[in-house]
Amino acid sequence: MVAVAIRPEPPANPGMAVAIRNINHHFALHGEHLPVLDTISIEVEPGELVALLGPSGCGKSTLLRLVAGLDQPSSGEILADGVPVTGPDPSRVVVFQDPTLFPWRTVFDNVALGLEAQDRLHKDRHRVGTALQLVGLSHFAKAHPQQLSGGMAQRAALARALVNDPRLLILDEPLGKLDSMTRITMQSELVTLWRRAGFTALLVTHDVEEALYMANRVIVLSERPARVVADVSVDRPYPRGRGDQYLVELRHHLLDLLGLGSNW
Amino acid sequence: MDLGSGGGVAAGAAWALAAVVTAGWPDINEWSYTHLLSIIETIIGFVLVALALAFRPDDPIAIRIRRGSPWALALAAGLTIWEAVTAKLLWLPPPFFAPPQALLEAYLEDWPRLLECALHSSILLGTGYLIGAAVGFSSGLAIGWSKAAAYWGHPVLRLIGPLPPTAWIPIAFFLFPSSWSASVFLIALATAIPVAILTWSGVSSVPASYYDVARTLGAKQGFLVLKVAVPAALPHVFVGLFMGMSASFVVLVVAEMLGVKAGLGWYLQWAQGWAAYANMYAALLVMALLCSGLVTLLFTVRNQVLSWQKGLVRW
Ligand SMILES: Nc1ncnc2c1ncn2[C@@H]1O[C@H](COP(=O)(O)OP(=O)(O)OP(=O)(O)O)[C@@H](O)[C@H]1O
Ligand SMILES: [Mg+2]
Repeated sequence: MVAVAIRPEPPANPGMAVAIRNINHHFALHGEHLPVLDTISIEVEPGELVALLGPSGCGKSTLLRLVAGLDQPSSGEILADGVPVTGPDPSRVVVFQDPTLFPWRTVFDNVALGLEAQDRLHKDRHRVGTALQLVGLSHFAKAHPQQLSGGMAQRAALARALVNDPRLLILDEPLGKLDSMTRITMQSELVTLWRRAGFTALLVTHDVEEALYMANRVIVLSERPARVVADVSVDRPYPRGRGDQYLVELRHHLLDLLGLGSNW
Repeated sequence: MDLGSGGGVAAGAAWALAAVVTAGWPDINEWSYTHLLSIIETIIGFVLVALALAFRPDDPIAIRIRRGSPWALALAAGLTIWEAVTAKLLWLPPPFFAPPQALLEAYLEDWPRLLECALHSSILLGTGYLIGAAVGFSSGLAIGWSKAAAYWGHPVLRLIGPLPPTAWIPIAFFLFPSSWSASVFLIALATAIPVAILTWSGVSSVPASYYDVARTLGAKQGFLVLKVAVPAALPHVFVGLFMGMSASFVVLVVAEMLGVKAGLGWYLQWAQGWAAYANMYAALLVMALLCSGLVTLLFTVRNQVLSWQKGLVRW
């Protein structure tokens, strides 16, 4: 892992450029107009890892669904490599907040879902094993999701995304259910993986430290309806130390922006 | 329940006692198969004792015998009481109540006809059930999946669904060329309706997040239907298949009694007409075994297919 981090191989898969332009989005909740996203514009360069921070219920998952193409924004446009997003595509894979594994499939078959859906399973079968190994679930390939712990299920969901070799990985609190030790390990593994594979990543998290440890850029969103409050670039080389003075100061700054400064 | 290692021996003794009662206590009206019955009871008794003694107590077969011995004992006791109150005491008089040896007689003398009837019922039921299950499943899937199918199918299902399938009997026997095809239609209808409703409800209760996951991984319509909606709906579908099976039994018997000149339902009717009550009980027992066997088969298939589900009801 460390060797890879010091001497990165050339990216296997160029990352996707994502342009989010003047997005507004609202829901109708009990017949009432519920604005969720307020004129959001974010330009993501290929290969960046951008963290989205914001209070619960502000609209982070909603924004990710729009980027994934699962829903269409009320107004504004989203471009993936300059092409408008009109629907989901396996080049943009989502790791949802909830692992949502299919209970009738084994862990192996869950991870193989994307390959099967794209008719690539016969030729890329070996990738499933590799992905399982990456998230430490090789021994559970034949298990059913009910037999996994919450954190293991989340890791299986991550493997299910990675196996498709996405050019944009959309992560909605993928480490939210992990214990703090596994979480720290998975954070560095994700960073290693991202640096090696070269995909673009959008990461939603509640955890300021996680954002600072992993991301090139941190975007802070306001309460619902979400606006971009700050766009901070984290200009530190990888692998990062968690005690890095620069990061500690940045953390205070971000907590201030989130209105939590006085608590620390 | 476990009567210990002596359970098998006790059950064997009970069967031997039943044999003694059957043979030693004279019938009030002579029955021709009393002697044979007592021989069969003796053999069962000996086999039980022999099995109980032949295996070491921790042998799996010995454990099974011990587990079954309370039932074997209760059956012997029940048979003895039945024998006593019918053949020996006439407290329950013939012809309405038949002693065990009369059933034995019915099986031994009329087995070709019973077999033919059982076969006939099975073919009729199987044909109707399979057609009904297939039609019910596909229409339920269509209504659950497609807006257009739901628009047309939902009102029809709501109107026809609650109607007892037997209400169609007069129309079916009038419209169809033969009573057999009419019965197939009725059984298929009785099966299709619960299967359709449960499949539909299963498909519509699939969480939207399942589709989101599959779609972001590149799944097309066909994959979403066959690899997401159908497996997710299967637990509901099996409930429908079970309900449909119960309904199909009802319709089978009624149809055979009313129109089809064969099958166990017809046999029941025929035996009653000739006051051959022993034959009626004999046919009833065959029917119970047939129905129970089919339900067992369905549950076996379900447990296999849904082995990933925890806490399934055992049959
Ligand atoms: N399908 C929907 N219909 C109506 N309202 C919705 C829908 N999805 C989300 N919302 C509303 O949109 C708002 C934002 O939801 P969203 O899930 O994007 O929040 P979030 O930022 O991801 O929160 P969290 O950090 O808790 O996951 C919430 O107020 C929620 O009630
Ligand atoms: Mg969310």
